[in-house]
Amino acid sequence: MDIVQIVSIGLVAAILAITLRQQRPEMALIVSIAAGVVIFFMIAGKLSAAIQALNEVMRKAQLNNIYFTTVLKIIGIAYITEFGSQICKDAGEGSIASKIELAGKVLIMVLALPIVLAVFDLISSVMQ
Amino acid sequence: MSVDIDLIFKIAAIGILVAILNRVLVQSGREEIAMMTTLAGLVIVLLMVVDLINQLFQTIKSIFQLY
Repeated sequence: MDIVQIVSIGLVAAILAITLRQQRPEMALIVSIAAGVVIFFMIAGKLSAAIQALNEVMRKAQLNNIYFTTVLKIIGIAYITEFGSQICKDAGEGSIASKIELAGKVLIMVLALPIVLAVFDLISSVMQ
Repeated sequence: MSVDIDLIFKIAAIGILVAILNRVLVQSGREEIAMMTTLAGLVIVLLMVVDLINQLFQTIKSIFQLY
């Protein structure tokens, strides 16, 4: 599943969305959502392979696994937030998109808090 | 439903079909049936997309360990 196929699918979906936009704008939005999901599924295999490799490196380095899984969760939340807010912007709903982004930021901050606190503890212990 | 490329074409085909049907029915004077077909097409496509998005979020949860 190389980049040429992905780009061609994206272009065809864009053309279909434009043809549908005059009569049925909601169908055009649904076509763009479907195209986004199909393209993601094409790269999902490679993405999970890369993440497994990183997991392997983390396990070999005996680093605490909690940090890496938190980073993964943050990336996942960021991706879903971006997916949702971008679709809302396409649909012309800027306010909903900004609310989704706000929620995503809050969730990511909540997830990142323990790591930040750990860093502060480390720094304060070093300072003493 | 497996996620593959012709899903996009299915949705686009339904969309174009509904648009044409709507125009034909409106010309022939049957407004309410035109509205009904538009809604029916929209419901079918929405069901397909909701299922697709559900699969997407399941995959993302499994990849990013977002439980």
